Amino acid sequence: MTRIDVRKTYKLYVGGAFPRSESGRSYVVEDAKGKFLANAAQASRKDARDAVQAARKAFAGWSARTPYNRGQVVYRIAEVLESRAAQLVDEVQRGEGETKRQAQASVEATVDRLVWYAGWADKLAQVVGGTNPVAAPYFDFSLPEPTGVVAVVAPQESSLLGLVSVVAPVVVTGNTVVVAASAERPVPAITLSEVLATSDVPGGVVNVLTGPIGDTVPTLAAHMDVNALDLTGVSDPATAADLERAAAENLKRVLRPEAAEPDWTLDPGLDRMTRFLETKTVWHPVGI
Amino acid sequence: MLKPVTPPPSSTAATAPSPAEPADLPVHLAEATGSDAALRRFLHGLPGVDQVGAEARAASLGTRSIKTTAKEFALDLAIRMVDLTTLEGQDTPGKVRALCAKAVRPDPADPGCPSVAAVCVYPDMVGTARQALGASGVHVASVATAFPSGRAALDVKLADTRDAVEAGADEIDMVIDRGAFLAGRYQQVYDEIVAVREACGDAHLKVIFETGELQTYDNVRRVSWLAMLAGAHFIKTSTGKVQPAATLPVTLVMLEAVRDFREATGRMVGVKPAGGIRTAKDAIKYLVTVNEVAGPDWLDPDWFRFGASTLLNDLLMQRTKMATGRYSGPDYFTLD
Repeated sequence: MTRIDVRKTYKLYVGGAFPRSESGRSYVVEDAKGKFLANAAQASRKDARDAVQAARKAFAGWSARTPYNRGQVVYRIAEVLESRAAQLVDEVQRGEGETKRQAQASVEATVDRLVWYAGWADKLAQVVGGTNPVAAPYFDFSLPEPTGVVAVVAPQESSLLGLVSVVAPVVVTGNTVVVAASAERPVPAITLSEVLATSDVPGGVVNVLTGPIGDTVPTLAAHMDVNALDLTGVSDPATAADLERAAAENLKRVLRPEAAEPDWTLDPGLDRMTRFLETKTVWHPVGI
Repeated sequence: MLKPVTPPPSSTAATAPSPAEPADLPVHLAEATGSDAALRRFLHGLPGVDQVGAEARAASLGTRSIKTTAKEFALDLAIRMVDLTTLEGQDTPGKVRALCAKAVRPDPADPGCPSVAAVCVYPDMVGTARQALGASGVHVASVATAFPSGRAALDVKLADTRDAVEAGADEIDMVIDRGAFLAGRYQQVYDEIVAVREACGDAHLKVIFETGELQTYDNVRRVSWLAMLAGAHFIKTSTGKVQPAATLPVTLVMLEAVRDFREATGRMVGVKPAGGIRTAKDAIKYLVTVNEVAGPDWLDPDWFRFGASTLLNDLLMQRTKMATGRYSGPDYFTLD
């Protein structure tokens, strides 16, 4: 007897749930060879608004967790991702047109990247914060705090390693994120959403929108309740400049895109974490 | 559409709102309020509410799409209808003054933004609110009669009401004795409303039913008629202290009641849903329902109000979005 395939419905990931696009739209995703892969949800500006709302709601709880606990949660993402490695290898291979070996290396690097960032969760404050010597009777110290809701445009080429490399550093320090996934290769992002939903990450900490970035990113850039904007996945300099201009209205922190997509397999350094932190300095009177 | 309870004598079916006077009632309604037995006969003779039908109607009215200029109009109207409320044990004069400033000028960044209808406070804060609002045209509403439970002797309730009126309240929000109503002592509830109405003097009286405690839509319809017969200027769903507070179907049943009451007596009574309305989207659903059920005459702050605190910020955020094209955030508006 032949069996009928159970076709998967690809949806957004907002506030810990998997809603369809408010607009009801979807678009066709093709693999690297131009063959039909899936119908993915095409997010609208209202989905972007809902995602920001969910991220804002999650921020208080997530940023108040101890860094140690956030590290545990990010490590848990790596665990769950590892257990779905086979599926992700297949998706990355088809979407990016790589060999199986390359895709496997990419998924392994993704897991390692999560573990690496998880380890930083409770160590970053020691590196970028600390006591400051001041010439007055004060105990003076600085500590990093999360910026708030960060909108991220994920890399367009590297659909899994690139995505995790931009999302993990933002959330591990206590920010919440709305990420616009790679428009042409959204499938690994959707699978990552399923991983996030089952790995102790509170709903709303990571929100994933799929669809052409022109539909959602201008809304996110202009949104007054978004605190920072990472434009890594915007390849056109003119578009990036427009988005940066829109972001200036409420003085968002903006991370400009590089001329070409970076090599995600390299050591990431601390830049992506420290970019979305605010430094709080306390002057505490002493010695009277 | 609900059938009128009894065919109204055409001579009294004037549409112009007239001051509420129980004495004005047509004979058949005046007779209904003579005794417990008469009230029971009348209230239980009201047609029952089709629960599924009311909920379905409310849900379908909630699907209307209100966009662009209609939305701008609706948002401004909703702001003008807000009774900006703070009813907490932790209220201080400072907080009430801050709230009054917000009531007069909800969006300091936009002089075109209308004021809200009223500020709603506990009786001891009426003086503070009165002073802060001055001649701004924003009314002072005060809850009274042992709000929110209503469990006190009538003397205490009347003293509470007089206190608030003397301190300068323009509107009194009283709670009914739900225990008496549910036990079927309708005359007691009626007499209490009449007594409070007298104690109000020139102040307008809103009667709170606490529909979350009344169990059925039939009871909501009965209590609406009871309060209107007793001379309420406004009927109000809830105190905001009990869940569920205002819901769209409950408000729909009350809107039907005020519509039918005007048809029967020529007198217009206002409606105020309170509690649980937090988003501009919800508020617009209510406005659609008002227009479709009671009619456009009720689309006015004199005849329809929202009892709310957080709703105002969402209305302002939506208003800002309409004006600037960019989504706004809670950082740009005051918390209370």
